[in-house]
Amino acid sequence: MKKQNIPANVTVQIKPNIFDVITIICLITLGVSIATATRHVLQPLNMPNAQLIHLDALYLPGYALRTTLRMFAALFASLIFTFGYAVLAAKSRKAEMLLIPVLDILQSVPILGFLTFTVVFFMGLFSGRILGAELAAIFTIFTSQAWNMAFSMYQSLKTVPEDMKETARCFGLTGWQCFWKLEVPFAIPGLIWNMMMSMSGGWFMIVYSETITVGNTNIVLPGIGSYVGIAIEQRNLTAIFYAIGAMLLVILAYDQLLFRPLIAWSAKFRFETTQSETETTPWFLKLIHKTDFIRWVTEYINKFFHKIANLPLGKRKIITIPKIVSTKTSDYIYIGILCCLGIVAVIYVYYSIHNQLTFNDILYVCWLGFLTLLRVVSMIILASIIWIPAGIWLGLRPGWAKRTQVIAQFMAAFPANLFFPFFVVGIVHFNLSSNIWLTLLMILGTQWYILFNVVGGASNFPGDLREVVKNLHINGKLWWFKVMIPAIFPYYITGALTACGGAWNASIAAELASWGKTTLVAKGLGSYIALATKQGDTFKVGLGMVAMSAFVILFNRIVWHPLYNFAQRRLSL
Amino acid sequence: MKLNENQETLLQIKNCQKSYKKDNSSELVVLDNVNLTLKKGEIVGLLGRSGSGKSTLLRIIAGLTPPSKGKVTWKNQLLSGPAKGIAMVFQSFALFPWLTVQDNVQLGLEAKNTPHDQMEKLSEEAIDLIGLGGYEKAYPKELSGGMRQRVGLARALVVHPDLLLMDEPFSALDVLTAENLRTDLIELWVEKKLPVKSILIVTHSIEEAVLMCDRLLIFSTNPGTIAHELKVTFPHPRNREDPAFRQFVDRIYILMTHRNPIKVDPNNIDIEQTLTNNYVALPKMSMNLMIGMMETLYAEPYCGRADLPQLAKSLQMELDDLLPIGETLQLLEFADMAEGDIILTELGKKLVNSELDVRKDIFMKSLIKNIPLIRSIRSILDERTNHRASAERFRDELTDNMSPNAARQTLSTIIGWVRYAELFDFDEESEQFFLDEDDKKIEKD
Repeated sequence: MKKQNIPANVTVQIKPNIFDVITIICLITLGVSIATATRHVLQPLNMPNAQLIHLDALYLPGYALRTTLRMFAALFASLIFTFGYAVLAAKSRKAEMLLIPVLDILQSVPILGFLTFTVVFFMGLFSGRILGAELAAIFTIFTSQAWNMAFSMYQSLKTVPEDMKETARCFGLTGWQCFWKLEVPFAIPGLIWNMMMSMSGGWFMIVYSETITVGNTNIVLPGIGSYVGIAIEQRNLTAIFYAIGAMLLVILAYDQLLFRPLIAWSAKFRFETTQSETETTPWFLKLIHKTDFIRWVTEYINKFFHKIANLPLGKRKIITIPKIVSTKTSDYIYIGILCCLGIVAVIYVYYSIHNQLTFNDILYVCWLGFLTLLRVVSMIILASIIWIPAGIWLGLRPGWAKRTQVIAQFMAAFPANLFFPFFVVGIVHFNLSSNIWLTLLMILGTQWYILFNVVGGASNFPGDLREVVKNLHINGKLWWFKVMIPAIFPYYITGALTACGGAWNASIAAELASWGKTTLVAKGLGSYIALATKQGDTFKVGLGMVAMSAFVILFNRIVWHPLYNFAQRRLSL
Repeated sequence: MKLNENQETLLQIKNCQKSYKKDNSSELVVLDNVNLTLKKGEIVGLLGRSGSGKSTLLRIIAGLTPPSKGKVTWKNQLLSGPAKGIAMVFQSFALFPWLTVQDNVQLGLEAKNTPHDQMEKLSEEAIDLIGLGGYEKAYPKELSGGMRQRVGLARALVVHPDLLLMDEPFSALDVLTAENLRTDLIELWVEKKLPVKSILIVTHSIEEAVLMCDRLLIFSTNPGTIAHELKVTFPHPRNREDPAFRQFVDRIYILMTHRNPIKVDPNNIDIEQTLTNNYVALPKMSMNLMIGMMETLYAEPYCGRADLPQLAKSLQMELDDLLPIGETLQLLEFADMAEGDIILTELGKKLVNSELDVRKDIFMKSLIKNIPLIRSIRSILDERTNHRASAERFRDELTDNMSPNAARQTLSTIIGWVRYAELFDFDEESEQFFLDEDDKKIEKD
């Protein structure tokens, strides 16, 4: 009975267990490979071997590692951005007035269009070094994640429950302590979920941005994307198959090793008084729990974080009577300054472009935007016709629903541009109209959001309503239009909205595709931006991006938001 | 009564059994050997605890789930799937939120391809009958719970069913609203305004059953069987303060808490069962609830002994809430239940009178003595050098003789108890039981 008084968490195990050994070996391997990969970054661009991509499959693991590392770097940058931008917007009312609308617009800007500007900027910063090109690529991925994450963080910070804040005030927590002990934990589940969701877009961007051609600058960064790029140039279909295989493995590993455990972990920060259905713990998390070494390290890190979080920085939050008058005057001054800056910016933009672009250019771009809009809308309709019935059918069968959701989520994360060559080969071979058939590529990656959400909606269809349906003998047309479609509509809208945004973005990659020396162009805003990027025509890229952002924002405001509100008000269960 | 016996038979159930297959090839029987005949002109109540299979029986009759064994005949024809002429009212109302009141009501008619003008006429009749006039264009979300259930009723009545099935129709409503709806329904029934021939209602409220029904079938649990059948002969409107009525309610309480012939889990397992099933399912039961109940029983006016119907009334609890507490207290030897009463034992009284530390000690001893699962977890933890044991293994063992949900519930209840008693602890992240340094030692006898 004496042994019994030993605390359980310092379990007496003299021998390190097998998991420890494996973990340490894995960590060392990881460290060495990261070091090798990053050393390359500092080399000058014109080194003989720097831009050579081998199509030999043996090189693929290395390329995959590079691609993954870029992803991590971007994720890290997005996190830092989120903690700065979102916190500033949530804490300062004045900053909020400016930052949130800006974020709203940034979210709608086609990410691929950024490339022109970032390449020029970063190549200027680190002229002649690969680091510049790397940073440009990383920045592109960053733009596909950061806005989303920042929004989620901002919303969480704004909705911290009032009673929790009061508790923090009662205990006299300082601003810093309150931030780390209350606000950040509260924001974590949403942040991680959004991180995972925006990751899907990230893979698409990274594959695209590894082969950058901006005007005369032609950069190839070693990675899966550039591997595919070279394979396309050399018309090598086998190599593309290899790349798809490698990508599958990378995404699978990302999902299993990073996001499944992270999401399971973040569940403990959820603010729910009722215990939700316990989901099964991911195997990797179980492994971590079993490995004493990792437990020991995390405990150490935890303690360190607690110490930092406990630093009595900042003021204690005392209730202050707000000085209404002075804030109002300062508001006016602030808004005035912003307006002045805005006017100056407009004048500046006008003077710098009025020699470069004519009014006809603008009209032409609007026409192209309309063409692409037509493509996006028809593709959404096509995907809906296919996936709504399929999704409902699958969603109502619990066994299928789970599997479909996993597959759809995976497919959504998979960079669809790796599949583009197959379509292009088909179009070239059968001599099809690229104006019509390239359109399919736009929805290739984003259709899965529709399926995913419809399945989710159908599987959430309540059991008692199912029984009513049976009891009243509802079937046929009545079943589809009065029961199932309204039931999944709120979910469908969420999916279609995401798919639509993704399709706009993908249009830049889809409306201009090549296979060897053959280049296919579909007339539209996407190909306009893509061609301008190749030519390095900054003004045209800028114009195209502004037009596309305007189309996206208008479409959201006029179509999706009203539909979304209607669905929430009337159709949600 | 004589009238009823000559009436036509609507529904007949013979030797009905319902069981669910589990992965380890054993079967979980929820309904066994149920026989039931339903005639025109009667309201029959199915009364029993949750988990006694009464809702399952209702769903078998509705054709929503097939019986595993036995025969169900509806109007002399074998029932297969939802039959025309049987309509159902749901506990959760089950209205379509995107349809207006009128559209919800008309849905069943539309499915029958009723001509438009007839559909309007029928739905208007049903809406007016059930007191929904003026609400036709409202959406369910805009209505109160009582009004929503009226829509549910109208939707079932509009098709003029022969049999109306009601699955705890008033239990999601507050007391006053439920009373109002019940009275309206009975009034319509007595005045023969309801377009139905017979009503079958599932409830766990004894008073409700006695207020409404002509015949009561009382279910026992594990597996669910009809243990008693009672006729209710009071004329409508029934007065719940009438001594004869109260006596009848008391009688049902006694029947439902009596040890025989109702097998009440977990106190009443026969010896054979005890040998194979070491572990019994435990309901969701917090320490606060048990101690609160014991303190209430100890204090005035009960002074250690309370009449269950009275207690239920004053605490505003249904039988379903009250019985599990009583049974758990009985299992832990803190109270006894007999003759519709609950009596605090000496140990229970001692626990109420003690300080926190002593309470924990009494509780710990009772757990070790009476709950075999806790005993075996603790002894395994004592044996192991690292004092850890995975919960998964015990959950698997539990699922050998109960449903996975019941196993999860049992473990969660046990975790709450042993934490209070400081017997051992549970690490949620790794799903392991473990001994903490301040966990108490057990003196071995």
